[in-house]
Amino acid sequence: MINKFLGFEPDESKLPSKRAKIGAEIDLSSQKYQKIWLGPNHPGVTGNMAMELWVEGNTVVKAKTHVGYLHRGFEKLIERRLYVQGFPTSIRMCVAEPDTNEYLIATCTEQLSGYDKEVPEMAKWLRMLSLEMARLQGLLRGVPGQGGTFALGLGVQWGVYLRDLILDRFEELTGGRVYHMYIIPGGVRGLLPDGFKARLEDNLKEIDDFIVRIKKLMFHNAVFKKRAIGLGVITPEMVDKYGIVGTTARASGVKRDVRKDDPYLYYDQLDFDPPTDTDGDVYARTWVRWQELIQTVDLLRQIMAKMPEKGDIRANMPNVLHWRIPKGETYVRLESGRGEYGMYYVTDGSDKPRRVNLRGPSYTHGVALLEDMLVGADVADVHALMVSLQTCPPEIER
Amino acid sequence: MNLKDILTPFTAWSRVVKDPVTIKDPLSREGAPRYRGFHDNDVETCIGCGTCEAICENEAIDLVPVEGIETKDGDSGLRPKIDYGRCCWCALCVDICTTNSLRLTNEFKWVDTDPDNFRFIPGVDEKDWYKKEEGWRKPEPNYHFYPQERVKMEELGPEERGDSFIEFVKGYSKEQAQQEADRCVECGICIGTCPAHMGIPEYIKAVRNDDMEEGLKILYETNPLPEICGRICTHKCETVCSVGVNGDPLSIRWLKRYIADQVPAEQYHEILDTKKIYKDDKKVAIIGAGPAGLSAAYYLSLLGHNVTIFEKLDKPGGMMRYGIPEYRLPYDQIDKDVNYILSLGVELKTNTTVDEEMFKKLQKDYDAVFVSTGLHLGRSTRIPGSDHEHVFQSIDLLRKITAGEEIMVPEKIVVIGGGNVAMDITRSLARLQRAKYGKVQIITTSLESEEEMPADREEVVEAREEGATIDPGWGPKEIEIVDGKIKGLHVVKVLSVFDEDHRFNPKFDENQKKFFEGDMIVESIGQAPDLSYIPKEIDEQLERGPRGRYLISEYNQTSVEWLFAGGDIVVGPDVIHGIADGHKAAVGIDNYLNSKK
Repeated sequence: MINKFLGFEPDESKLPSKRAKIGAEIDLSSQKYQKIWLGPNHPGVTGNMAMELWVEGNTVVKAKTHVGYLHRGFEKLIERRLYVQGFPTSIRMCVAEPDTNEYLIATCTEQLSGYDKEVPEMAKWLRMLSLEMARLQGLLRGVPGQGGTFALGLGVQWGVYLRDLILDRFEELTGGRVYHMYIIPGGVRGLLPDGFKARLEDNLKEIDDFIVRIKKLMFHNAVFKKRAIGLGVITPEMVDKYGIVGTTARASGVKRDVRKDDPYLYYDQLDFDPPTDTDGDVYARTWVRWQELIQTVDLLRQIMAKMPEKGDIRANMPNVLHWRIPKGETYVRLESGRGEYGMYYVTDGSDKPRRVNLRGPSYTHGVALLEDMLVGADVADVHALMVSLQTCPPEIER
Repeated sequence: MNLKDILTPFTAWSRVVKDPVTIKDPLSREGAPRYRGFHDNDVETCIGCGTCEAICENEAIDLVPVEGIETKDGDSGLRPKIDYGRCCWCALCVDICTTNSLRLTNEFKWVDTDPDNFRFIPGVDEKDWYKKEEGWRKPEPNYHFYPQERVKMEELGPEERGDSFIEFVKGYSKEQAQQEADRCVECGICIGTCPAHMGIPEYIKAVRNDDMEEGLKILYETNPLPEICGRICTHKCETVCSVGVNGDPLSIRWLKRYIADQVPAEQYHEILDTKKIYKDDKKVAIIGAGPAGLSAAYYLSLLGHNVTIFEKLDKPGGMMRYGIPEYRLPYDQIDKDVNYILSLGVELKTNTTVDEEMFKKLQKDYDAVFVSTGLHLGRSTRIPGSDHEHVFQSIDLLRKITAGEEIMVPEKIVVIGGGNVAMDITRSLARLQRAKYGKVQIITTSLESEEEMPADREEVVEAREEGATIDPGWGPKEIEIVDGKIKGLHVVKVLSVFDEDHRFNPKFDENQKKFFEGDMIVESIGQAPDLSYIPKEIDEQLERGPRGRYLISEYNQTSVEWLFAGGDIVVGPDVIHGIADGHKAAVGIDNYLNSKK
């Protein structure tokens, strides 16, 4: 069919053939099938999202994701604000890891205005610290949370406690527990408080202990293994086809990490190797994330050891009230806990951005991939699949 | 599936014997020292500049009037009111606060049944959390939302300028001006303080946007002498500039000069749309072509009236030309402003002294008269010896220097006075001394101490750079004269200049004495008006206020309805007050003329 906007017929052969798979022949009046709505609720993910499921017995035969229960249009809100006003709004685009949004918006404005070279060294290390702390608190919820989707609630309680300790550190450093608003265009908003490193190290020690415990609780657990192994397999071929990134891609044997592939900040000065697995199922994805938990704790220790003690926290910038950025466009990306997280940013010489567009992994993972992956799954595994893809609805509906 | 996988998870039971980690009473938990909790504002330090309102991305802040806080110079009298239904506690308002008065405390619990209570004025409405010291404050170090330091103005060094009268302030380049204009936070506190209420943030914005035409239009709305004001205005705006509370105030004066300097005189008519002005049959006489007279002439001619200015001296400009030395205000810049005003059809009669007789004639021939004759009589110290022929008034010397007349320049000079005029004559004489003798030997002394001296700080610093000795805090006692020649000035230490009621009442310590050697003494302790041209019968009808000045209405109308007065004889003394007076008087005269129809 000729697309009336494009004027030609697009080649969809390389796109996921979702339309073909979802049977049009589902006839609800046959009483063979049943339609259930899962949500809109908060099914172990951040923010509301609904799934419309057609089931035959316990098996899902067709799935459709529904977003739009949240809000919000943050991209447009940012386009109506001054450059410096963008970052407090951006954090809502992914509440689970707010710092990633702040970093993207700050770096986009810095690159386009030419101030990226002037961000002080200290600020860059502090940015890395807060980004890794954000990853850590996300993993502390995400790894045991995968167990939670199989009704293993204990690990979640452990993880949430430890996550709260990291949030305490965030509160000390940034003045906020969840909405940090720390990475500002030009730098960051504060040095480490006195004794911060020692307190964070105490927390990391507790997390070390947790890592061992959660391994015993989840990965040597007959129930978890029985349900997670072989569930929701993503083959390496699917990775590029669906645009899969981060730990989800790495669990399928595709080593993909922006921190290594396109190093930003001072990640090239850190010693780490992104963990991978080959099975590509829910178990493998959780296992990779568990290894990443170990790695993140290690990275935080490396950052604390390498970062300078003192330094400026923000570059000398123009007056924020009249700050204009010349015409330009850029795409900045980083490795969030969910994978490549990027922002396309266009400026037109005015005091507000012309276009802000967020590229989050949830859009591909949580919509295109999830809808296909649910076909054939047991209805009891729907949450597990959704969580294993790290779906973050606010970032879909940004 | 093996047995190990069934048993291993049970190791979690070992946690049963551990202490619980939950906080027993979460409500008593304190926020971190940097926590972004509820707002507090030090209303005494706050100046109501409204940058918090400008930066708030949620429009949660409104600036509102507060009982007990008056609007005054440097304080809008408004204070921020915050709506916690909109606030996101990002603390950008704290980070940009020009006075560091706004902060967030680490309190985060507030239970109330009335939603309206969540709109409150921090620091004014009583709240428990103000006593908390901890909470978010502006981060450190080197964290600023606008540049703190002003763009340096290039000047000739003391060596280059020491013996010449060429203008030593070079002016901003385009880049410098835009960089400086970028520092403005557009609070508008300056507008209230400027006597002419110039649209300062607007013309600074025009500099940022590189729109000189717009800038010039804004300048001429309230000030028809921008080249002059851009150089020698007393810039009261800068003393109240909110950016100056924690950094250097904006160079408002230099930015005004920048705009005026950029536009050639030939383009003024085009830009200001004054090629054709409709004229009516009303005639207004203005006595004195100083700032007030010229300003009144400009606005009156725009209103269509026929204006004639009578000037005693050779050239128009008044004190701007004959009082201010050329190195601060070059004559061609005065001409640029004045010629534009004259080109609007204003008639100027120079070398025309108005006396009683002529004044009566003006009353007959013209529909209204505006007097702005300024302060051209010097005040004397009246100490023994001050009647000597080599004791001069600074104002007379400055006039002679401008007129190119020969004046006495001995090797050693003593100047009495601590104001800007004293600095002007000191620096002018220093230049003449350097040109004549190759060295400077001039001592300037004042009653006021170094801190109290009314002269601008930079004037004192620059005078010293040019070789003058400034020795403040001494009271003149006697001029020593031997064989008819001045030897010098005896002074005694001043303990205080003002009494408890801030009235002028100097107290001296007679035991601490000093002697300043000099062949000539210049008195520069103030000026007085010469109003002898006003006929007695009219003078008797004029009501006078404090310090003998004429009482005038809001629009500078005296108690004689056709007579308006302005400039140094009623306010100031300074140029910008004169300009403001001229503008007000023009409106007043226009109202008066229209009411007569």
